[in-house]
Amino acid sequence: MATAARFLLRRANSKLALTGVATGSHGSLGATLLKVSPIFSSWTETQRRHAAHFTYHPDPVPTQYGPTQKMNLFQSVTSALDNTLASDPTAVIFGEDVAFGGVFRCTVGLRDKYGKDRVFNTPLCEQGIVGFGIGVAVAGATAIAEIQFADYIFPAFDQIVNEAAKYRYRSGNLFDCGNLTIRAPWGCVGHGSLYHSQSPEAFFAHCPGLKVVIPRGPVQAKGLLLSCIADNNPCIFFEPKILYRAAVEQVPVELYTIPLSQAEVLQEGSDITLVAWGTQIHVMREVADMAQEKLGVSCEVIDLQTILPWDIEAVCKSVVKTGRLLVSHEAPITGGFAAEISSTVQEECFLNLEAPIARVCGYDTPFPHIFEPFYIPDKWKCFDAIKRMINY
Amino acid sequence: MFLLVEERGVRKLAVIEIRAMHRQQPFDSSLEKPQFPGASAEFVDQLEFIQPNVISGIPVYRVMDRQGNIINPSQDPQLSKETVLNFYQTMTLLNTMDRILYESQRQGRISFYMTNYGEEGTHIGSAAALDPNDLVFGQYREAGVLMYRGFPLDLFMAQCYANADDLGKGRQMPVHYGSKDLNFVTISSPLATQIPQAAGAAYAVKRENKNRAVICYFGEGAASEGDAHAGFNFSATLECPLIFFCRNNGYAISTPTNEQYRGDGIAARGPGYGMLSIRVDGNDVFAVYNATKEARRRAVAENQPFLIEAMTYRIGHHSTSDDSSAYRSVDEVNYWDKQDHPISRLRHYMMARDWWSEDDERSWRKQSRKTVMEAFERAERRLKPNPELLFTDVYQEMTPSLDKQRQALWRHVQQYKEHYPLDLYDK
Repeated sequence: MATAARFLLRRANSKLALTGVATGSHGSLGATLLKVSPIFSSWTETQRRHAAHFTYHPDPVPTQYGPTQKMNLFQSVTSALDNTLASDPTAVIFGEDVAFGGVFRCTVGLRDKYGKDRVFNTPLCEQGIVGFGIGVAVAGATAIAEIQFADYIFPAFDQIVNEAAKYRYRSGNLFDCGNLTIRAPWGCVGHGSLYHSQSPEAFFAHCPGLKVVIPRGPVQAKGLLLSCIADNNPCIFFEPKILYRAAVEQVPVELYTIPLSQAEVLQEGSDITLVAWGTQIHVMREVADMAQEKLGVSCEVIDLQTILPWDIEAVCKSVVKTGRLLVSHEAPITGGFAAEISSTVQEECFLNLEAPIARVCGYDTPFPHIFEPFYIPDKWKCFDAIKRMINY
Repeated sequence: MFLLVEERGVRKLAVIEIRAMHRQQPFDSSLEKPQFPGASAEFVDQLEFIQPNVISGIPVYRVMDRQGNIINPSQDPQLSKETVLNFYQTMTLLNTMDRILYESQRQGRISFYMTNYGEEGTHIGSAAALDPNDLVFGQYREAGVLMYRGFPLDLFMAQCYANADDLGKGRQMPVHYGSKDLNFVTISSPLATQIPQAAGAAYAVKRENKNRAVICYFGEGAASEGDAHAGFNFSATLECPLIFFCRNNGYAISTPTNEQYRGDGIAARGPGYGMLSIRVDGNDVFAVYNATKEARRRAVAENQPFLIEAMTYRIGHHSTSDDSSAYRSVDEVNYWDKQDHPISRLRHYMMARDWWSEDDERSWRKQSRKTVMEAFERAERRLKPNPELLFTDVYQEMTPSLDKQRQALWRHVQQYKEHYPLDLYDK
């Protein structure tokens, strides 16, 4: 049952308040000035900032992992971290601002509960955060490093790609970074612009030795994050920030894992396979409904979940059945992960294809601010691509 | 400050206290002392820039003079004859191995090599001051540390030859040694990446609370990398039991120190991070030993990092891909080789005590050359590892995709086998 969770971007301002921006006398002067301004009352509906580009589709309540509790995405992350700190005495969580609870509230309460030696702030230095995390992991402890936004992961690129990913291989399995998990908020958020909206999974997908995982909601997030933490390989876990508050599900309170490198077929269909991950899954689910209703097209929707190593078998099996593939992601189209999927599927399923594989992705531009509604691969672009594929 | 929070489906206003954890006293503007959270200092009303002192920098701690005589007897660590002989024999064995492996690269037998000429004192002095369980992160010019800990010649050779005995399974260029048993983390080529890693390892080791320290070696060139700044800052801020050991050998390939930094070397940076720092004579094995020993003791006891800058000189070329006559004079190199060398200084110390003679020197040279040559010949005859090992250890487990690639290579090699050097590899 799809609940329409209208995520008004104005509520995003409250997120700023949560991160500690001071209100008080400074704010009330501003409010007063705005009220007496001549343009105040003529601020029309069309000038208000847009509502979200997706409708959140919650997972059904899981029954196989024990009792559940209503949680949003950031709370499900907190729950996973709580379970980890409780069961693994070596586990430590660190990064910028994690001590007070984190800028997205993912680590709220953990420092008080588990101690300041286990949940702590680091200096503001991503290459240091990941380098430090590698060292913790190499010394045998469980390291959970937070990068404040995926957009800021690049200073750590050398440590991730040249060090973490290669530690086991280059040492002949004497040493490894299996105990390292890196978490980062990811993807568009309505107003994030160049540096608070990026989806950098493709950069890391090109790096053997890493695992890259992206959940679509709270139930998946907790299970996949716990799998990443348990996995004996360095993992990067990208958390769709636009879903932190908007995605609410019944999430098991105890520890459970969802397997990595296993794509999930969310709905079966016969005419076209739609592949996506993270926030874009919710766009695709709506597109699938639109395609059925307006075009009579039956869509099979697959959540890839793990970008690297990805579930080639599941996607190919689906395309052999449907004959058509559409892959969609926010990241720019050139060199984006859809290109890898497309290339492999045409190799493996060439004779099954009824139409060229479609990629509906961000444009080859930096992520824009005011042009976000035009930039993102929204449901209309995906719907249109399906229409063209069906009529090919 | 008020926040709108949702707890178990119920929305409520919560009052949150912002705890200013770093301040002990409330702000008081009546006091004539700065109240800024960022620094603890007094006011001054004269405009004056702090002058960095590079003419008379941090002094160089030493125990022996260049001839191997103890200067201040209270600083002589008074190590046993057996220990000092072991220092000497390890340094000279390393030197012998270096000569033979450098030559073997020149002859095309191994692909690459880096010598340690002139820096043997930094390796042995520091390694001897550590506990065997202390974790070592190196850069690439610390083979003496591994040798001191007991890494056998056969395994040095196996790594350089990338043969089937290599613990690293033939994956890396020569001199990228590693040993889990000897707590020496495998070397990687990117410079300074080990520095923040050492900070993290030290933090984990601190939590384990088992009297273990971590040491991190790097050169003065690598200290310019951002990772070095990151590692120094993290280790001091997070209170890690860690020794940073900088080998300042005068050159980063062809780049001399006056093109690497403008300040007073690396030791002067330590205080900027809140770190205890010292500069030592790296060619004086006892000075290196004393400084490392004390740093280790305090790092573990007080949970704070120490910075040791060991001044030395890189007598050899950067590597077999370098010819240093292109950027420095033979006279300069000869000075260090003949007049200020860790091996000869220690030899003088030993001879002055009748612990070593010319005869001992001759027979030891002969014996160490023989041992190295025998290991060398064994390593050269050994097959390379099975090419299956190209595909393992990427992840802990073999992935389906990689397995397919492995099978594809196998089929290809079967079909085109005359074009692949299969005879050199283990089956």
